[in-house]
Amino acid sequence: MDPTGAINREPGTANSGPRPRSVALFGTCLMDMFFPEVGEAMVKLLRRYGCRVTYPMDQTCCGLPLLNNGYREEAARVARANIPLFEDAEAIVVPSGSCGWMLKKEFPGLFPADAALRARAEAFAAKVYEFSQFLVEVLKVTEVDSGFHGTVTYHDSCHLLRGLGVATAPRTLLKMVRRATLVEMAGSDHCCGFGGSFAVKFPEVSNAILGQKLANAQAGGAHVVVANDAGCILHMRGGAERSAPGLRVMHLAEVLAAD
Amino acid sequence: MPSAVEAFLERSRAAVRDTFLQTALDRATSRLMTARANGFASLPDADAMRDRAKAIKEETVARLDHYLARLAESVEGAGGHVHWAADADETRQIVLRLAREKGVRSIVKSKSMASEEIHLNAALEAAGFRVVETDLGEYIVQIAQEPPSHIIAPAIHKTKEQIAELFSGVAGRALPADPDQLTAWARAKLREEFIQADMGISGANFAVAETGTIVLVTNEGNGRLVTTMPRIHVAVMGMEKVIPALADLPVFLEVLARSATGQKMSVYTTLVRGPRRAGEVDGPDEFHLVIMDNGRRSALGTHLEESLQCLRCGSCLNVCPVYGEVGGHAYGTVYPGPIGIIVSNYIGGHGHTQNLGAASTLCSACLDACPVRIDIPRMLLGLREEAQAKSEVPWAERMAFRMMAKVMASPSLYRMAVAAGRKLLLPFVRNGRVESLPGKLGGWTRFRTLPPIAKKTFRERWREMEKDPHRD
Repeated sequence: MDPTGAINREPGTANSGPRPRSVALFGTCLMDMFFPEVGEAMVKLLRRYGCRVTYPMDQTCCGLPLLNNGYREEAARVARANIPLFEDAEAIVVPSGSCGWMLKKEFPGLFPADAALRARAEAFAAKVYEFSQFLVEVLKVTEVDSGFHGTVTYHDSCHLLRGLGVATAPRTLLKMVRRATLVEMAGSDHCCGFGGSFAVKFPEVSNAILGQKLANAQAGGAHVVVANDAGCILHMRGGAERSAPGLRVMHLAEVLAAD
Repeated sequence: MPSAVEAFLERSRAAVRDTFLQTALDRATSRLMTARANGFASLPDADAMRDRAKAIKEETVARLDHYLARLAESVEGAGGHVHWAADADETRQIVLRLAREKGVRSIVKSKSMASEEIHLNAALEAAGFRVVETDLGEYIVQIAQEPPSHIIAPAIHKTKEQIAELFSGVAGRALPADPDQLTAWARAKLREEFIQADMGISGANFAVAETGTIVLVTNEGNGRLVTTMPRIHVAVMGMEKVIPALADLPVFLEVLARSATGQKMSVYTTLVRGPRRAGEVDGPDEFHLVIMDNGRRSALGTHLEESLQCLRCGSCLNVCPVYGEVGGHAYGTVYPGPIGIIVSNYIGGHGHTQNLGAASTLCSACLDACPVRIDIPRMLLGLREEAQAKSEVPWAERMAFRMMAKVMASPSLYRMAVAAGRKLLLPFVRNGRVESLPGKLGGWTRFRTLPPIAKKTFRERWREMEKDPHRD
């Protein structure tokens, strides 16, 4: 089911191979610093579904802010530092769609002149999954034991939807939460207005776009907006705390892992 | 002298506070977005059609000079005249010369962004010619003395109340803010103009190399009247508008209107080929095609070349979250919105270009909507690379990102930076949130709170979490 009508999406990466026994977590810098509880929820869930979780301690960041602001070589340097840490991983799971897109779609292209490194980046990219995608397509999760209750709506973050083609998996998982009611908001696939440095360079426009998103979220009757991107969450939660205090913004993992 | 980005920032601030503009934009963009989605939903093989349209455009741009030469041959073979214009000034001079030589007094125009690009009306009026825009939206902005704010809907920024006021001024009496009545008044007024005009100036949505046919799509039929009634027809086209053959036209007609307005086809599709021939009843005595470069050639062989495939449908504007909040005038360029940002880096030539690559959230809705799948986000990233490489970005910003790069490429520096960042933010934390930040970063906290950096980051918690209670 394609609620967004987006025509240009690529199909999700369906996994037909054997289920990995262990999963390496690419935490992302934003989760590490601002939302460690999201990482904790992810680990709890992955273990609950039978995966051994590893976390390479020297990982830093996917480098997306550098690429997005025009510092391609610098982004390549950051990628080069992180790729070797995951060489032994069977699968790499990431909590944010934008970081996931960077790792999966942009990493190989950062090394046009270095065939060996490019090959390693491609091998790395092939193992990357966004969290909800991993749960539904690889682990084939069919049940969720969550204490969460309430009316939720789902925000399709741009890189997760249009970059990685993931729209159904998060909704499938939310529908498995027994006491959650999923409602669709108008413009769920519209940008929230974060855009990385855009949020600071053009704060009024960023905030105006956000206002539309928060209004849409509330208009549908939801008390919680769920998103799978730390950037979107930082921006939407930060804005909701100022202008829409009744609206909670949560990562999918937090909803699924709730006691 | 503010940079393009600084100017955009100022105008965007004003735009976000302009309640008339916000009303107009909300009404228009949501209507056009829905229309486009419905239009494509009704096309069973939309993906295949977009692929085919893109393939034709790719081939055409790859052999541009070949197809332009064929076009010129075909136009001349049909009895038309072809003029080659390197830049805006040359284009204006050609049209002015024709108007003078042919004893023209009044001119009617159908919508042409190419003519907007070179400020043709101003040049013609300064030389004493009467010029009337006949596309309803263009007519509105002409009266308002403003540039168009959208590629296909020039007056999208005007509410019907504002339009009623403008028309009332021309009519000399109060006209109601009712679209049907306003349109009826304009229609009657423009009829008089069509009848008395000596010259019709049009653009070209497509120019068919094989036959020399100029194709115009309009919803009002003004394209037909402009190219048929006056004794001289001049078509000003951007050189990239050529397509190889008539057989290529249908796929473009199918995707163009659906993308632009959600219509299956525009109400009028006008195909004109040369002047009136012996035995024909309608048509001008003379047909002139002005093929304009004005910076387009300079895009060939660069990372921006793909933007020459643009059909000028405007759908990227309609789906853009930024355009939707600020409207077209905020960009300060002839072509606004996502594709406008790209083409403004070459159209007009050296000295007239600007790099607004930063004015985007990189959401990719434009790529998703584009009927010929132009990868605007890829080019926006390229523009950002250019801007920072050419030091068009403030020094402090460049240093901040260079520092970020060093930190993120080193595990120990990253950990140190996180610890330092945590300490630095602490003075700004009130009730568990950062409510205000100094300097440029204050742009965030003006509208949003920020959480403090966690007392224990995920990495710091991992040592404890590593012991898996579920194992064995």
